[in-house]
Amino acid sequence: MRSTAVYPGYARQTLIALRTIAWKETHRYLRIWLQTLLPPAITMTLYFVIFGNLIGPRIGPMSGHKYIEFIVPGVIMMSVITNAYMNVVSSFFGAKFQRHIEEILVSPTPNYTILVGYLAGGVGRGLLTGLIVTSISMAFTHIHIQHPLITISVAFLTALLFSLGGFINGIFARKFDDISIVPTFILTPLTYLGGVFYSIELLPGVWRELSLANPILYMVNAFRYGFLGESDIPIQTAYSIIIVFIIISVCLSLYLLRRGVGLRT
Amino acid sequence: MKALSLSKLNKLYASGVHALRDVDLVVNEGEFFGLLGPNGAGKSTIIGIISSLVRKTRGHVEVFGYSIDREPWQAKSLLGLVPQEFNFNSFETVSQIILNQAGFYGITRRAAHQRAEQYLTELGLWSRRNSVSRTLSGGMKRRLMIARALVHHPRLLILDEPTAGVDIEVRRSMWDFLRRINTEGTTIILSTHYLEEAESLCRNIAIIDQGQIIENTDVRSLLRKLTAQSFLLDIDGRLTDAPELRDFHVVPVDESCLEVEVRSDQSLNELFARLAERNVQVVSMKNKSNRLEELFIRMLERPSATHRKPAQVEKTA
Repeated sequence: MRSTAVYPGYARQTLIALRTIAWKETHRYLRIWLQTLLPPAITMTLYFVIFGNLIGPRIGPMSGHKYIEFIVPGVIMMSVITNAYMNVVSSFFGAKFQRHIEEILVSPTPNYTILVGYLAGGVGRGLLTGLIVTSISMAFTHIHIQHPLITISVAFLTALLFSLGGFINGIFARKFDDISIVPTFILTPLTYLGGVFYSIELLPGVWRELSLANPILYMVNAFRYGFLGESDIPIQTAYSIIIVFIIISVCLSLYLLRRGVGLRT
Repeated sequence: MKALSLSKLNKLYASGVHALRDVDLVVNEGEFFGLLGPNGAGKSTIIGIISSLVRKTRGHVEVFGYSIDREPWQAKSLLGLVPQEFNFNSFETVSQIILNQAGFYGITRRAAHQRAEQYLTELGLWSRRNSVSRTLSGGMKRRLMIARALVHHPRLLILDEPTAGVDIEVRRSMWDFLRRINTEGTTIILSTHYLEEAESLCRNIAIIDQGQIIENTDVRSLLRKLTAQSFLLDIDGRLTDAPELRDFHVVPVDESCLEVEVRSDQSLNELFARLAERNVQVVSMKNKSNRLEELFIRMLERPSATHRKPAQVEKTA
């Protein structure tokens, strides 16, 4: 008889469901690598060519390093941020739009499993893109990572934070325009003004103070510290800010999932 | 055992629409239960609440004794849903959709492969297992949704218009399949607009209208409430006027077809006798509509938009 099936226990079900969502998300961005992995590789190569090789030598050293060495960590971090965010927001909104998110919502999969599964996809794509861009940068300059543990942990935490941002955006998004507003009007300006291409030491007083309110500045500088051993801000402050934002975002995401905002009628 | 229990279920949408008003409903284990009603009656809202896609305003829902509020994990594990609209990833293959669904319910990959093969074969989709789902025909998509809903072996399967837009051959094969899984122990709740389907499959039926259950009984009892049936008679020759038949209400459909209403206290023999008296030869005869459909229409007849007339239907005991 079909209906006498033995159901797996809670922990087992949750683990298998997590693995399923994480693999589904990973498989998605690998399947469409022409849209997900190739474009950042091309864009960042252009950054290295133009800002590193062509303009860089005219700018001269920045914070005691060759200009291309200075921008490499920022450019890598920029690709991590953008890709982690875009992966989750587009995948989650796509699932909402096509309504196949209902497959998961009607199943016994707990909310935190749904969240972690989607984050796995975002973090995975963010880090993989970062790795690709790092490999490309090696063709333009010699990289010696000063603090590998800090470099990896900051990249991971930043990818996690922006995956969470993408998830929250995906929950609230009602149409495709809504998933491009935040990246275009908030994420990109904050990233460019977050010290990717310059040191905030170059900025006049009030602009420097204003820059300190930009959370991306802390991530870029912490990552740069891992690479070069140089940072405009204390590394502990950067970690604290990233972790606080992650905690807030996790709580907000779980709250929104529990309330069914944008998902349940 | 109760497979499903709804108690004082209410749903008030933000738009102000009161979709459900104190709905009480029990579906026993093993039943093939029909949930009928006109568009906007509240059927999909009930199904949405049971499957947790719609948040209820008030009331209780239990699936095999598990509350969807207090024990959602257990309740959801026992439930399978075939929604009205296609809601699978149109970029995934048939196999991926089934395997992912199995994963959401904690079924191991190996077991999922076995079940996918079983259900896709039973539903005639095995040869299309590697096809991207958006390339399937409408009927195949419907069957894919049934296979997906069954992959975790739910004890309660809810089908929301599963045969909409499906040709009659596929529909009948789906009926056979659903009958079989019901016989094998799966409780089924079917919401459909095809009343022939409900009459053929369901043992018990609830009719919902304007957010309230207006009838909940077995099909036989329900059909006994039908106090009149309309028949279409094809006659030999041409009629200029409808024949006057004592005690029967006759309406000409065209020059060679009559519509006759036969009350439950009348017999077809009487009708044919009257027709013979008028030298009217009947070539063929059929019900104007399915019996349940006729009853359904009569129950929901409204003289105005706001007042329902319980026309020719006995009061529910």
